[in-house]
Amino acid sequence: MSRLILRRLAQMALIMAVVSFVLFLVFDSDQFKRQIAVNELGGFGVATLTDDAYQAWLANRGLDVPFYQRYVQWVGDIFQGDFGFSFEKNRDVGPLLASRLINTGILAFWVFALMIPIALVTGVIAGMKEGSVQDRSVSFVAVLFTSIPEIATAIFLTVIFALGLGWLPVKSAMTGGFNPAELVLPVLTLVLYSFGYVTRMTRASMAEVMTSQYIRTAILKGIPYHRVILRHALRNALIAPFTVIVLQLNWLLSGVVVVEVFFQYDGFGKLLLDAALYGDIYVVQAATLAAVFVAVTSQIISDVGYTFLNPRIRFA
Amino acid sequence: MSVATAPTPASALSILDRLRTPRTLIALVLLMWVPLSSYVFFGRHLGAAQDLVLLPAIPAVLLLYIIAFRAWSESPIAVIGLTLVFFWLLMAVTAPYLPLIDPNRPIAPFQMPGSTVDGQTFWLGTDMRGRDVLARAIWGCQRVIVWGVTATLCAYVVGTAFGLVAGYLSGWWDEIISFFANVLLSFPVMVLFILVLNYLGQSGVNIVIAVTFASAPAIMRIVRGLTLDIKTRDYIYAAQTRGEHPTYIMLIELLPNVRGPLIVDACLRLGYTTVAITTLTFLGLGLQPPDPDWGLMIREASASALLWQFSYMLIVPALSVSSLILGFNLMADGLREMSLRD
Repeated sequence: MSRLILRRLAQMALIMAVVSFVLFLVFDSDQFKRQIAVNELGGFGVATLTDDAYQAWLANRGLDVPFYQRYVQWVGDIFQGDFGFSFEKNRDVGPLLASRLINTGILAFWVFALMIPIALVTGVIAGMKEGSVQDRSVSFVAVLFTSIPEIATAIFLTVIFALGLGWLPVKSAMTGGFNPAELVLPVLTLVLYSFGYVTRMTRASMAEVMTSQYIRTAILKGIPYHRVILRHALRNALIAPFTVIVLQLNWLLSGVVVVEVFFQYDGFGKLLLDAALYGDIYVVQAATLAAVFVAVTSQIISDVGYTFLNPRIRFA
Repeated sequence: MSVATAPTPASALSILDRLRTPRTLIALVLLMWVPLSSYVFFGRHLGAAQDLVLLPAIPAVLLLYIIAFRAWSESPIAVIGLTLVFFWLLMAVTAPYLPLIDPNRPIAPFQMPGSTVDGQTFWLGTDMRGRDVLARAIWGCQRVIVWGVTATLCAYVVGTAFGLVAGYLSGWWDEIISFFANVLLSFPVMVLFILVLNYLGQSGVNIVIAVTFASAPAIMRIVRGLTLDIKTRDYIYAAQTRGEHPTYIMLIELLPNVRGPLIVDACLRLGYTTVAITTLTFLGLGLQPPDPDWGLMIREASASALLWQFSYMLIVPALSVSSLILGFNLMADGLREMSLRD
């Protein structure tokens, strides 16, 4: 078990090293330096800049150093807790990223807190009796909601609850301090999109367990039906959904970009998009690495958790 | 359902059955796809032919729909999905011939649905620049469908090629390909899209590349798994004993046998790609204005018309994209159901 975790951690370190190196290589191009200059000084400012002044600007920004030197420097700094400097926001990347990650973390917490109970309960209800009315209706709702992309869900919810009924604010920029009401629509959007998938996985897993021999035996022995479900079936049926739920973290980091941009919520996804459009190298680097870290960690947790929960599986 | 069965009375039904051979189906798909994609890719360079190029695609779409409808009629889910997808395909190929207002011409801004200005009725209203929302929604499906299918196709070619090589040749090939696939798979998809598009610039071709980067590793894994399973079969050993080249074995012996499970996956992936293209355009990273596009409509409307009475500008493109994706997903569900039944 610990060897498995160590191997996966080593793999993650290798992947992150490759990714960050490629990003430095990519952002080293002349076109990108120009993009930063245009964003900072304005298109006209750059066009009228003499070559010497441009070189001086690059030197001032520390961009004239070859990228491998900057890379080595950057890696060294990271181990001292320094993630570099944001050109766009004019502040250190570390605290900036941390505050945005906390915001996204709040979002993710509520998404999972709502999505997991809803998905598990509906999935179990649907899977208990395969082909029944409840199964058909739950499956249909699940397919319907997974088919509507986040951007469309966000629109429908905004139009109904914010524009039509006026119950909730349209934007979630949190300009007047933290406001729970502004969190409702982004959370609801992400929950509606993600619960369908987990529901279907739970349903499939539950349906499979319900056809197994030991459940039939338990029912034939005369054990009350609810006890068969709660005591016998659930234990095995919930193993597969566990891995799916953990892997949803990876998906959440994708979905969160759209939702945060649409609702103007100051989170990790919006930070990454803004930084990428601006050419803010160090922010893009740090945010990408954070994303890869979360994604790979969730993969490791799901693998290890699966082994832990299901004694039939043992990796060498 | 082969053509070589005993002669049947020449009715409309048997003609449709005769059309269900792979060769005619491929011909019909090409008849639909070549005009549509050339219209979208090179529309401006076609000149006078631009008005005529989509005409042969219309009967092709209708015929394909009828054939697929009959073939899948056992699964109502698949039929609903099919109908949604073919509705948009039909809209894509008939858009130039429908009595629509020019989708890029500003006429009268902020007109409510159903209002009439200068004798022109805007059934779904106009947007903030005065362009007809109905016309834009219908024209918008062209770009989404063509770029979405092209991108998915490209991802499949790359993913399948690497999957076959990794699975069949194994050894170092497998190690290297799998490592790069793992690197790409450890990115959240949207992060990868943003990085690739930001590096390459924003255009349709670059969306294809970005989608390939994001989808090919997953496809490669599926194909690799299937190949590992199939390559121990006797007919592969037979081919090896005959001294066939590995390329021949991969393309002629392995490829046709990994096709089955990939079709369901392709339907789902078409849905993802459509979502991705719409979302990227919304984020400002995708296809460029002014041509109509659902993501673009959402982007423009959400920036300037967030009011209850103008919410149709957001609802129309959102409903359009949702119905197309629902179509792809239901089709995949129905196909899976049917393949399990067989």
